[in-house]
Amino acid sequence: MPIYLAKRFGLAVLVAFCVSILAFALLRLQGNAAGALAGEGASAEDLAIIVETYGLDRPLIVQYASWLGDVLRGDFGTSYFFKSPVSDLIFDKIGNTVILAIMSLTIALAISIPLGVLAAVFSGSWIDRLCSLVSLLGQALPSFFLALCLVMLFAIKWRMLPASGADSWRHFILPAATLGYYITPPFMRLVRAGMIDALSNDYVRTARAKGLPAHRVILKHALRNALVPVVGLVTVQLGLLIGGSVVIESIFALDGLGYLAYQAIGYRDFPVLQAVVLLLSVVYVVLTLLSDIVNAWLDPRLRVS
Amino acid sequence: MTFRTTLAGASLGLLAALPGAAQQSENAVRFAYGQTLESPDPYFTTLRLGVILGRNVWDTLVVRNLESGEFEPLLATEWEWVDDTTLDLTLREGVTFHDGSTFEADDVVYTLSYAADPENRIVSQQVANWIESVEKTGDYSVRITTTGPTPSALEFVSSQLAIMPSDHYTGPGGTTDADLPIGTGPFRYAEYSAGGEIVLERFEDYTATDAKSAASLDRVSIRTIPDQQTQIAELLSGGLDLTMGLPKDQADQLAQMPGVEVQSGETMRIVFLQINTSEDTPNPALQDVRVRRALNHAIDRDAISENLVGEGSNTIDTVCFIDQFGCTDEGATSYAFDPDKARALLEEAGYGDGLTVELYAYRERHISEAVINYLSDVGVSVELNFMQPAAMRDAMRAREVELAQNAWGSYSIYDLSASTPVYFGGQPDDNALDPELIETLKDAGETMDTEERKSLYQQALKRIADEALAVPMFTLPVYYAGAEGLSFDTYPDEILRFWEFSWSE
Repeated sequence: MPIYLAKRFGLAVLVAFCVSILAFALLRLQGNAAGALAGEGASAEDLAIIVETYGLDRPLIVQYASWLGDVLRGDFGTSYFFKSPVSDLIFDKIGNTVILAIMSLTIALAISIPLGVLAAVFSGSWIDRLCSLVSLLGQALPSFFLALCLVMLFAIKWRMLPASGADSWRHFILPAATLGYYITPPFMRLVRAGMIDALSNDYVRTARAKGLPAHRVILKHALRNALVPVVGLVTVQLGLLIGGSVVIESIFALDGLGYLAYQAIGYRDFPVLQAVVLLLSVVYVVLTLLSDIVNAWLDPRLRVS
Repeated sequence: MTFRTTLAGASLGLLAALPGAAQQSENAVRFAYGQTLESPDPYFTTLRLGVILGRNVWDTLVVRNLESGEFEPLLATEWEWVDDTTLDLTLREGVTFHDGSTFEADDVVYTLSYAADPENRIVSQQVANWIESVEKTGDYSVRITTTGPTPSALEFVSSQLAIMPSDHYTGPGGTTDADLPIGTGPFRYAEYSAGGEIVLERFEDYTATDAKSAASLDRVSIRTIPDQQTQIAELLSGGLDLTMGLPKDQADQLAQMPGVEVQSGETMRIVFLQINTSEDTPNPALQDVRVRRALNHAIDRDAISENLVGEGSNTIDTVCFIDQFGCTDEGATSYAFDPDKARALLEEAGYGDGLTVELYAYRERHISEAVINYLSDVGVSVELNFMQPAAMRDAMRAREVELAQNAWGSYSIYDLSASTPVYFGGQPDDNALDPELIETLKDAGETMDTEERKSLYQQALKRIADEALAVPMFTLPVYYAGAEGLSFDTYPDEILRFWEFSWSE
């Protein structure tokens, strides 16, 4: 186990390092940062000052090395755009993104588990097909479209919920519903497959033979086993949600990490963007590592291989 | 039944928890802007919102009356040019900053000296780089010495040079120990966080003048909402009172909705096609005046302005905004829409079989598409390069652009020195590099005599038009959508004067 852990950890560090190089290179390919920062009407004099201030005329490798050196010392630098420390900005915004991710995940599970169970219990029937259709729609509908539909109904027509912002828990409902519905299909498919598998097992037959009521057999015996792989997917999806909320946060003007990244892309705010990308890759890598460890603990065969 | 009752109860609960839509009773305005403000300090932002906050939170020394075109007293009560490079100003007494400290000459000397020092890196250097030095000549008087004759000096003094309290900054780049910057304006900052909500509150001790009244609203809150659909949704659901910069089609639809009022106003932003006639032009056909005149005759500017751009847009014949000092279309050739004449001119120039040009644009794509259609109708096929502003600027400065669709707002400065010379005065964006024009515009920029200056500008504008060095098109309007009952005026400089806003009874 320690060797396995050490290998996984080494791999995780390597992935994070590669992501930081890739992010750095891709961002620089976008074009000159000074131009985007200076705004439309900037004079050559204004541009020169920006280039000088941020050392943008240095070779790329020097810029990267200096950034990496600072990061290893725990200094993420200062935002070109906001001119405040990047770590402060991230600290301010990450809370909203985490709340959004957790709420979205809760909504996704609240939709996908009942749908998956229903589909498995009535496997092959019209109920199964209807459940699959409802869940597939989540993936087929572009999230910005669903977001607009929800805003139109809940904010404009019925005036039940605010259309944007992050002032209270109510502000998170529409964005979380949009994101949650979007990630429903993989959960629903996993629950359905797990349930079909579990329902055909001997212990379920035994439970039924004992005369237990159907709902107890399904919920207590079968579902419990079917949910094990879902735990692994939750960690992966949580990582995706924290990084994948750029569009939704921008549409709902929800002041989180995704929205910060969106602004940073527009203004070529390299320090912010690099820090966000690095942070997200670390979160993702850590969650995957956690999931690997949990799986290895649950299934000794993985440790051996 | 139970489930239904629960659902209905929950809905009502949510409904009851909604904030009161009537901001009228709170005497407040909630405004949304599409882009994020990078700094609460107007010297360190290039956004229009920064200019808007600059005017609401701070005062300038003088202010331009947009109706009369005259400068009026604000923080300075009198001013006089002692000679071509020396400006003396007498300051107003009894004015206080938002923290209660008294405004005096030291603040003016401090602010202008800070802005003028390139080491401090304010974002638009031209705002203050004409200042050689500022000295205190009394507790309430200062003397500004300029680096050379600067006829547009008062323009910058009246628009961008907001006066900060002395010792506000701790170093270059706008660094400060103050939690929130303070000024002497009709509103003061109550809240500001990077990328978050900005809240302004009325400054009760504001010194009102004829040029700038005290605020009537108690509070203005400003949020960044990047998505225009979300802005509209907030407006329609009562979560917002005002937004600006909507496209014409959406503004037209919004105008039909109950509870929303749409206003449009002309802005100083002019759209024109800049033609690369320089020696390095990638398309030598553009060096032929007949080709350039053909381009001018080929495009129906009136039709585009009326049908695509909308109310508030006016066609222009010269590359400047007509209310700017020195801008005139008198004596300049005007090219009427005449496709036959355009074809004939192209034929005469040897391009009867067709001509291909590349058009670069970074905004108002619908206008580019219309231009392409009109040009192709006379046999000019156009390849469109639509790109980010910064990339287009780099290409223009490398003289790689054949035709550039520009939209220039002159930094809201009512002086021709902020528009025409940028594109024809030998500056980096100049793609004509006409020595005669460069000389004339330079002379005008250094002439203190107003009549002589006007005549030099007229001469330059006439040359641009006669030689068809550009295709001047029209001004752009801006659309404002506000909640019913919110009363305010719009101005071509696109600056929202929140102190003039009020809710009608």
